[in-house]
Amino acid sequence: MVRVDGKGNNSLVRVRGLDKIYRRGGEEIHVLQGLNLDVDKGDFVAFMGPSGSGKTTLLNLLGGLDVPTRGNINVAGDEITSMSGARLTEWRARHVGFVFQMYNLIPVMTAYQNVELPLLLTGLSKSKRREHVETALGVVALNDRMNHYPRQLSGGQEQRVGIARAIAADPTFLLCDEPTGDLDRKSADEVLTLLHRLSKEFGKTILMVTHDPLAAERADTTLHMDKGVLIEGVKGGAVA
Amino acid sequence: MKYARLLLANLSRKKIRTTLTIGSFAVALLLFGILSAVRTAFSQGADIAGVDRLVVRNKTSIIQPLPFSYRDRMLRIPGVKEVTYLNWFGGIYQDERNFFPQMAIDVPTYRKVVTDIGVTDAEWKAFEADRQGAIAGEDIAKRFNWKVGDHIPIRGVIFQGPWEFNLRGISTGESNAGSLLPFMFHEDYLEERRAFGKGTVGWYTLRIDNPENSTRISKAIDEEFSNSPFETKSDSEKEFAASWGKQLGNIKLIIMTIGAVVFVTLLLVTGNTMATAIRERVRELAVLKAVGFSDPFVLWLVLAEGLTIAAIGGVLGLILAVVLIPGISRALAGLLPPLVLLPRDTALGLVFAIGAGIFSTILPATSAMRLRVVDALRRV
Repeated sequence: MVRVDGKGNNSLVRVRGLDKIYRRGGEEIHVLQGLNLDVDKGDFVAFMGPSGSGKTTLLNLLGGLDVPTRGNINVAGDEITSMSGARLTEWRARHVGFVFQMYNLIPVMTAYQNVELPLLLTGLSKSKRREHVETALGVVALNDRMNHYPRQLSGGQEQRVGIARAIAADPTFLLCDEPTGDLDRKSADEVLTLLHRLSKEFGKTILMVTHDPLAAERADTTLHMDKGVLIEGVKGGAVA
Repeated sequence: MKYARLLLANLSRKKIRTTLTIGSFAVALLLFGILSAVRTAFSQGADIAGVDRLVVRNKTSIIQPLPFSYRDRMLRIPGVKEVTYLNWFGGIYQDERNFFPQMAIDVPTYRKVVTDIGVTDAEWKAFEADRQGAIAGEDIAKRFNWKVGDHIPIRGVIFQGPWEFNLRGISTGESNAGSLLPFMFHEDYLEERRAFGKGTVGWYTLRIDNPENSTRISKAIDEEFSNSPFETKSDSEKEFAASWGKQLGNIKLIIMTIGAVVFVTLLLVTGNTMATAIRERVRELAVLKAVGFSDPFVLWLVLAEGLTIAAIGGVLGLILAVVLIPGISRALAGLLPPLVLLPRDTALGLVFAIGAGIFSTILPATSAMRLRVVDALRRV
């Protein structure tokens, strides 16, 4: 269940009183203002809203890529807002799978090598890493493309490799920033179907930022953001 | 090892650029090798000079002679163990381009003063026994394909006329003397045939009892002959050899300056290329960090790329230098002393290459380390 009133209990992701202020010159820009959020394990949540409303900032804060001005973020019992940079990096490696709009694959590495990247940070042996990579590529149905370089793949395939990379190390949750923003409708549908499957079949918790209402429809819950505040929720889980 | 693939993948990203960058390092280190060899060539006389030897020359100039009679007076100065003398000959073998140093030496005393000339006793005896005998350093002998027993005609320039010599020994280079030993023959032979300057010598070389006494003995010798028509200037052999080198000092300075400028320019160009290569990958480095690679890892990854390029380029350049320098030395024979790349300079070159690799990569590596993922991912 997803809540935005700050009254959730034992949720996987718990955000309380989150503020993010950017200073540009002498001016303060309040990107997030006292934001509360609770997301349970296995939820698939979409964040929608106009540009500059704070969606990507929220995603960056949840993924430990940025630090809030005020407030707390607790993920699976870890209070990430009090972690040092180095600890946050380790935490990211274990708990977060990122899916980017621009795919962000390493162009000089094959699909296999790209998916293997986060596994290099684990203590897994080479054969175990291979098992994980093959499983991840199997989930996104790209086992037959594992030795292809990104330039040899279509945009949809590249994004599926990006998703395979995100799930290879079995993270606690996936953060997807406009995962279909650079794709045609057909490829976008394939990617959304895949994300939906990851949520339903594999119990993955997914938080997705999108401008695309069709993409948001595939999520269990859609939260709208405006001026740094989550203002409404629709469909699926109860939103308070 | 599991990260080696990541390193190799990055190096193979733009093969032409990587190859050219490695090539730049190779050329820079080739240049470094040649410059080191030139520097060594200009200073090698000083390097092998004996610490227990003094050289006494005319105070006015090395080309002004000293009387032969000074020998006995110097032997009476406390601390002087033995005295020998030499004369610069300055002849031409076959062609003016075939320059090599030739000196007339006092055979009975020379080996008592200069012990490390690298010829066998049998060769020295044969040399002693032949009034027209000569010995030569192996570089000179190799250059002209001489063998012991060869008859060598030299046309005198200072002491004019045709001079005939028989090669009786070739220095095999014991204690590094072989490559430096000049062509040497009997002072008696010169004295007998010279048309002017009989009873004079070019300079004296002395062996002293203790190197620590060299300053005192030099002073005593110069005082002994002060206010005479032939005042002297005494130095340690090292200083004397260095003063020879100084006569070529301007050439050395010009060569070294031009070379150093080219070397530094190559490094700057290489550094700029590597910095550009890193800037192009800011987004990828940010993704690595987002995935969970630490800041120090990113620093070392970028540094490792720079070091790998520098090490490969450096080793290639130094191998090229080792291969090419003998040929360059042969081509410049007569214009420059023999060029030799010392192992010490090869090691120094490798240190320079690695240092340059670190220097040219440290700034982009540091900025990659400090890169904020959020900022980098926002860039397109």
